Amino acid sequence: MTADPSQRDISAEIEALHAGPAPARQPILSFTPYRSSTLRHPTRAPRRVDPEGAELFAPVFGHCDVDPLEADLTIRHGGVPIGERIVVQGRVVDGDGRPVRRQLVEVWQANAGGRYLHQRDQHPSPVDPNFTGVGRCLTDDDGGYRFVTIRPGPYPWRNHHNAWRPAHIHFSLFGTQFTQRLITQMYFPGDPLSGLDPIYQSVTDPRDRERLVAAYDHDLSEHEWLLGYRWDIVLSGPHRTPLDAS
Amino acid sequence: MTTPGQTIGPFYGYALPYRRDHELVPPARPGAIRLHGTVFDGAGVPVPDALLEIRQAGPDGVVPTVDGSIRRDGTRFTGWGRAGVDPGGHYSFTTLVPGGPVPFFAVVVFARGLLDRLFTRAYVPGPGLGDDPFLASLDPDERATLVAVAEPSGDLRFDIRLQGPGQTTFLTFEGTP
Repeated sequence: MTADPSQRDISAEIEALHAGPAPARQPILSFTPYRSSTLRHPTRAPRRVDPEGAELFAPVFGHCDVDPLEADLTIRHGGVPIGERIVVQGRVVDGDGRPVRRQLVEVWQANAGGRYLHQRDQHPSPVDPNFTGVGRCLTDDDGGYRFVTIRPGPYPWRNHHNAWRPAHIHFSLFGTQFTQRLITQMYFPGDPLSGLDPIYQSVTDPRDRERLVAAYDHDLSEHEWLLGYRWDIVLSGPHRTPLDAS
Repeated sequence: MTTPGQTIGPFYGYALPYRRDHELVPPARPGAIRLHGTVFDGAGVPVPDALLEIRQAGPDGVVPTVDGSIRRDGTRFTGWGRAGVDPGGHYSFTTLVPGGPVPFFAVVVFARGLLDRLFTRAYVPGPGLGDDPFLASLDPDERATLVAVAEPSGDLRFDIRLQGPGQTTFLTFEGTP
């Protein structure tokens, strides 16, 4: 049996892939430093197609679907969750810069100790009885969203020996077309683990990778209450057919 | 400009699924069918941590743009659903067969180990498929992966192979950089 690769091994693989000819603006699906991708990335290129039918319409969500209280992850239980209270706020826009209005945003994350409330998470860090780590909201007419939560902790995973994920919040987003569907992760500025992380580093263009990192925004911080982070999301598209463009 | 995607990871299971997420219509509704299948990896092993969503027209060929997908009231057809796979990699939606000239379910796939989502289509089998220019442009083996299989019960089976022999044909849309 071969030993698990070290961080040094994984970092060397990342560096070699980053030295490739054309930096990738989206994650490289076959990014081998992320070991779980090995048997789960398509080897045949996707077929380019004009979107049609149901692809041209995102699902619609309304106030019957989402309770405004779901945007505050710190008030879902009887007590106050442990950790650094933060607000994450930003806008969802499409590729033309237009706000994505009244659309669903979902988030999920680990607690302050880096533990998910998921039965498969066996990280020996305590569950916080006052924190589930799941939120939803609808964007406003300017595409704006806002979640109050706890800053998640980093956590170990089994990709390689002594592997740690940088702190992150998972985001699930919809646009105005089904083709704009996006699930991604938001990271925190200055995290020393980001440079070591094969998931984050799978976007090999550094400028695009940095779009995954929120900015600390003191104007969002609130006196004696919480710290503010701003993270704007730009969806692809809308995807027009040549007929629309003419 | 575009924000890159990242994997859904292993821990979405307590966050994204919700009650009746996969029931676009109640199972007892007349005309209800199952659209179901298994997600396989490149070794042919079922993927136990994948999540699918579908978007579709109703039997009248019209894509509904009504809310109510999260708190389903059992009467309103929203044309969108979400289904996590079970430990055997199997997913199942209860829905209606879409109408229109060349009807299909738009499908998006997320999984741990998959760094970004994959789009595909599950076409409803029928005589109209031969007229579709996109399907006609594909090799027969690529085309076959996009057509659901009608089962004697009236259900539709649509397996997804992420890699390897019989890999599902995935899509990228015009306008994507």
